[in-house]
Amino acid sequence: MKPVILWSDALIFLLVAALVLFFWRLRRDPQARERWRQVFASRLGMAAFTVIVAYVGVALLDSLHFRRALPPPAGVTTDEVFYDNQVSSVLDTLTAGMGERFERTYSAPFALRSFEKQTLKNDAGETVRDFPPLRHAGAHLDNPADRWADVARKSALALAWGLALAALLILPQWWLLRRSPLPWASSWWVQGVLACIAVWLVSISRHYHVLGTDLGGTDVLYQSLKGVRTGVLIGALSTLVMLPIAVTLGVCAGYFKGWVDDVVQYLYTTLSSIPGILLIAAAVLLFQVYIDLHPDAFPTGLEKADAKFIALCFILGVTSWSTLCRLIRAETLKISQLGYVQAAHAFGVSHARILARHILPNTVHIILITFVLDFSALVLAEAVLSYIGVGVDPSMGSWGNMINGARSELSREPAIWWTLSGAFLFMFLLVLSANLFADLVRDAFDPRTRLGPEAA
Amino acid sequence: MFAYIIRRLLYAIPILIGVNLLTFVLFFVVNSPDDMAVSQLGAKYVTPEAIENWKAKNGYDKPLFYNESADGLGTVTDTIFFAKSVRLFAFDFGRSESGRDISTDVRRRMGPSLAVALPTFIAGIGVNICVALMVVMFHATRLDRAAVIVFVALMSISYLFYIIGGQYLVAKTWRLVPISGFHVDGQVWKFLLLPVLVGVVAGIGAGARWYRTLFLEEANQDYVRTARAKGCSELAVLFRHILPNALIPILTGVVVLVPMLFMGSLLIESFFGIPGLGSYMLDAINSQDFAIVRSMVFIGSILYIVGLILTDISYTWADPRVRLS
Repeated sequence: MKPVILWSDALIFLLVAALVLFFWRLRRDPQARERWRQVFASRLGMAAFTVIVAYVGVALLDSLHFRRALPPPAGVTTDEVFYDNQVSSVLDTLTAGMGERFERTYSAPFALRSFEKQTLKNDAGETVRDFPPLRHAGAHLDNPADRWADVARKSALALAWGLALAALLILPQWWLLRRSPLPWASSWWVQGVLACIAVWLVSISRHYHVLGTDLGGTDVLYQSLKGVRTGVLIGALSTLVMLPIAVTLGVCAGYFKGWVDDVVQYLYTTLSSIPGILLIAAAVLLFQVYIDLHPDAFPTGLEKADAKFIALCFILGVTSWSTLCRLIRAETLKISQLGYVQAAHAFGVSHARILARHILPNTVHIILITFVLDFSALVLAEAVLSYIGVGVDPSMGSWGNMINGARSELSREPAIWWTLSGAFLFMFLLVLSANLFADLVRDAFDPRTRLGPEAA
Repeated sequence: MFAYIIRRLLYAIPILIGVNLLTFVLFFVVNSPDDMAVSQLGAKYVTPEAIENWKAKNGYDKPLFYNESADGLGTVTDTIFFAKSVRLFAFDFGRSESGRDISTDVRRRMGPSLAVALPTFIAGIGVNICVALMVVMFHATRLDRAAVIVFVALMSISYLFYIIGGQYLVAKTWRLVPISGFHVDGQVWKFLLLPVLVGVVAGIGAGARWYRTLFLEEANQDYVRTARAKGCSELAVLFRHILPNALIPILTGVVVLVPMLFMGSLLIESFFGIPGLGSYMLDAINSQDFAIVRSMVFIGSILYIVGLILTDISYTWADPRVRLS
């Protein structure tokens, strides 16, 4: 096995580490602790957070890339190890080769036969038009009529294993956290359900295509799982790009006022007056041209797709900082009039120190609220951008690409509903949990809503 | 007030120049005049002379930003950037790369865009306000909490899903309206019904939730308590006291969008085959027609700035306490 580290892999692990560090430091701040407690005191918040963590977990597993060692060719006895050209991830291993069981083309969920008729030869040697049996799904069955009994039997077994896994997950947490006042139970419920579903999906998809297959014969469930990484990364990395620009410019504009303020205001008014999609499209096309002109900078298709993906995150970040910048500028204008900032001035504290010690920490709540609110918007935007044709590389699994490829499938007769359902379902769950969580974070951290009777 | 508007309009000029500069840089880095000449002439006929001829004919034979050979003001004005931008300010968009006149296309496509966007906008506001008022009536009950979660769920659904699902259900399964298309005669409403419906339904989640918070902010004011204390019925409080006062923030949030209605919706128009400006933009992006994209960016930013000015004006109109100076 030879590990392969893509740029986006490194960035996402860096981001997760930074977030963990941030919260570790925040732990000592009593005010922040109190607010986080308010977020997690809600059962809904706890459940939504658990779902988000599950998604991030899948994304991280899918970000550990490696190339498999191939068995040495017959008759060759060298110490040199050959590696597979195909880069796979830990997630591919955990799903037990779900993505390697290709069919010829469309097949319905749990189907044993293909969706389209083909010219076949029957036992008597005559040519007939019929639905050909699938290569992998149900290949272990002697009699196709046993299918549902077999599914039921396998599901029962999987449920047992799932419950065992859930118990393994939850019991240590219960032991540690049983005296905690927070509603951990709702998190455990979600964990249990997710564990059961995961075990069921992995075990049953060894023998069937749970969400069918698409035009190219790839398992739809596998594609949806691969879309998790793209969705989570695009939400997280774009915000990571946006934050430094928005925070620096916003704080400087609000603090120094005068011409700095004018310039920053001019910049964000100009940027926000350009229709966002056009700006993104132009920038993506620009990067596409750059890749085409420098093919040697990206030797493999995977690296090219990855570079394009990072460029997309970068572009999304650069085009979307104006809202946050405006909010931070307004907040800084307010804070810099307050007594303690004036006092710091009078003591001769340097500008840089005032900004870092007195102003920046007091805008953290705005940054946090924007981070969680933007996350879901970006996940949804990815699908739209891919539909328009300026999204992530078609070779990279993403929900937008799935929807784009399946856009006319519903108008077929009979309709092919499973590709779209898979993509929309996975996207909906992530965005819903992110939105619910974002709402709670905003309620807890936004001083305006906190003072209102809403919170009471 | 008049002086204020004039000043705002003057302030718009540097912004528009900035927008132009940015799009110019972006598009000409992607597509230098030489590339444009090659793609226009077709790979077969490319000779250095042909390229030079094409550039001279279409006005691309000058330097991009700074002309060293000219003197005085000519160093700045005798450039591609100046020539192409000044024409935009005069609303002369020139020709697309397929040779069609962009101004004519824009004028022709504005109608269909507006035919979809305007009903969607008005019906959307009406429906959202009604839904939000209903929820506010049941404030702090189970129904209210459930409604908020439903709103969040509705806004978590991808816009693409609303469109694809709407087409499948209404047009394909129930066969009530055509799946897509546009026809300029008495039957035009048939083609507009589904896009408008989809647009309104897709907006309910975010819209109603926003209006609900606005109404609740007003519902906590003293004058509402006074109204209740003097014995107004709950409906009278809602419609005579809360609604008119909440109109101020609603207005300021909504007016900025009004000019943008001309631009139409990219997704709706492309899915429903409506020949408006949204699908025009999408086609331009897909065929990499930068002349069209630049013109649309310019129009879009003008409309945005107009929206900002209208917002300020509507403020004074809705709230007599506000004075523009």
